[in-house]
Amino acid sequence: MDLSKDLVAASATPLVLAILAEGDSYGYAIIKRVAELSGGHLQWTDGMLYPVLHRLERQGYVAAKWAASEKGRRRKYYRITKEGRAQLAAQRQQWRAVDGTLRGIWMRACTV
Amino acid sequence: MTRFADQPLEEHIAQWRAYLRRRQALDGPDVEELEGHLRDELMALTEAGLAKDEAFLVAVKRMGSLDALSREFARAHSERLWKQLVVAPDATDQSANTSRAELLVVLSLVLAAALAVKLPALFGIPLSPDEELPPFYARNASLFAFPLLTVYFVWKRGSDVVRGLSLALPFAAAAVFANVYSFHNPGRLDSFPQGSDTQVLTVLHLPIALWLAVGLAYVRSRWLANGGRMDFVRFSGELAIYYVLIALGGGVVTAFTFTMFSAIDMDPAWFVAGWLIPCGAAGAVIIGSWLVEAKQSVIENMAPVLTRLFTPLFTVLLLAFLATMAWTGSPINVKREVLIGFDLLLAVVVGLVLYAASARDPQAPPDLFDGLQLLLVVSALVVDGVSLAAMAARISEFGFTPNRVAPLCENLILLVNLSVTAWLYARFFGHRGSFAALERWQIAYLPVYSVWAGLVVVMFPPVFGYR
Repeated sequence: MDLSKDLVAASATPLVLAILAEGDSYGYAIIKRVAELSGGHLQWTDGMLYPVLHRLERQGYVAAKWAASEKGRRRKYYRITKEGRAQLAAQRQQWRAVDGTLRGIWMRACTV
Repeated sequence: MTRFADQPLEEHIAQWRAYLRRRQALDGPDVEELEGHLRDELMALTEAGLAKDEAFLVAVKRMGSLDALSREFARAHSERLWKQLVVAPDATDQSANTSRAELLVVLSLVLAAALAVKLPALFGIPLSPDEELPPFYARNASLFAFPLLTVYFVWKRGSDVVRGLSLALPFAAAAVFANVYSFHNPGRLDSFPQGSDTQVLTVLHLPIALWLAVGLAYVRSRWLANGGRMDFVRFSGELAIYYVLIALGGGVVTAFTFTMFSAIDMDPAWFVAGWLIPCGAAGAVIIGSWLVEAKQSVIENMAPVLTRLFTPLFTVLLLAFLATMAWTGSPINVKREVLIGFDLLLAVVVGLVLYAASARDPQAPPDLFDGLQLLLVVSALVVDGVSLAAMAARISEFGFTPNRVAPLCENLILLVNLSVTAWLYARFFGHRGSFAALERWQIAYLPVYSVWAGLVVVMFPPVFGYR
C-alpha cells in the first residue's frame, strides 16, 4: 500500500518534527527513521526531504548547523526549536481531529 | 569526505555533483548536503552486497528526479530564483504571453500613459514652461502611471476580471479624494498661509498609498504567501534604479534638445516642458517595470549592492552627528524641513535594513555586516530619540498643524519599526531568534506605511479645515 502524494506531503512536517523531537539528526538518518517507523509504507524520494527541512528551518521550526560526522565528513545536523515544538503540538491536535473524525465514521460503517 | 576506492564511482559522483551545481535553485551547501546523503546511501547499499555501479544507480534513483527536486528547492528558497524566475511555470503564465505580445502591451500602455498626461490639457489645465506646475498634476501624479502599471500586472499575471476590477477600486477612490476636497487656495502648491499645507501632504502621500495597490497586482494571490511581498520589495528597488537611469538618459536628451534647437534660434521649451518631460516621466514607470520584469539579470541585485555600500557610510554619518551634537551641545532646530529630514533619514535606514534583508540568506549565521546593520539601527534610534524629545518639548508651544502632525506620526511609525528591528537583531545575535523573524517583521510592516499615507490623504484635509 503506497500513500497518496498529497498525504505524504501533508504528513512530512509533523513527521520530521516528531523525529527531531526524539533527538538531533541529519537527512539520511531521518529518511531511515521514516522508513523504519512506517514499515515501508511511507516512501519518500530521498531528495524531497531536504527542501522540507530547509523550509522548516526558514520558518524557524528547526535549527541547523554543520558539524563533522563520525567519519570526519561535514554533515548538516538539524535540531527542533521551541517554535518547532509548539508547531508539532498544533499539528498533532489537527491530525488527531482528522483521525478521530475518520475513525468515528468508519466505526459506524462497520457496526451498521 | 569518505572517498570510495573505486575510481569510476568517484567519477560518477563528480558528474552527478556537477550536474546538480548547474541548478540555479541549489547552492553550494545544498549540493554538499545532498552529496553527503548520496554517499551514505552508497555505503549502506554496498555493505548490503550491491556492486558499486548498481548501488550508484539505486542511490540516484532514490534521490528522485532532479527537476522535481530543484523545483522543491526553488519553492523553499524563492529568493535565489528572483533572477531566473524559473519558479511558477504554472503553464498559464507561459502559453499566451509571448514576449512579442508583451512588448505590444507595454508599448500601448506607455502610449496610454503619455496620453493620460496630456488629457487634462483638453479640459483647460495645460502644462506650459512659463507657468508654475498646476497643483492638479502634482495631486494626481501617481494616477497617470500607476493604474496602467496595474493593468500591465493584471495582464501579465493573468488575473481574472473580478480581481482586475477590485484593483481599480483604490485608484477610483484616490481620484475622488485627490480632487473633491476644496483646498484653501488650490491654485498654489506651497505652504500655508498662501497655499494649502494639506494639499501638499496629499501630493506627497497619495503615491505611497497607491503603491500598495500596485503591489497587490504584482504579487497576485501571493500577498500572504511566503516571499510574495519580498519579491515586490525587490521589484520596487530595481524599478527605482531603472527609473533613475532612464531619468538620467532623459536629462541628456533634454540638454541636447535645448542646445541643438537654440543653434537654429528656436526655443524648444514648450515641447520639453509640455511633452517630453511629463510624458516621459509617466511612460518611464511602465518601461522601467517592464525592464525589471524582463531583464532582471542585467543589473540584478543592484539594490543590495547599494545597501552594502551605503550602510557603513550612513552609520558613520549618524555616529559623527551624535558625536558632534554631544560635543558642541547645539540644540536641534525644529522646523518642518528638519522634521521631514529626520523622517527621510529613518526611511533610508529602514530601506537599508529592508534591502539587506531581501538579499540575505536567512539561514546564514550573524556576520560582521549584520553587526554594522545593528549599529546603524541603534544609532538611528538614538538620533531620532534625541530629535523627538526636542520636538515634543516645543510642539505644544507652536500648536498642532498638519505639517507637524503628519511628519511626527510618520516618525513614530518608523520608530516602532526600527525599535522592533533592533530588538530582533539583538535576539538574532544572541542566537535566541532567527533572521527569518526579522524578515517576517519587515514584510508584515509594509502595509502600515501605505495605510497611514491613505489616512493622511483622506482624513487630514477635512480635519485641518483644508488649510
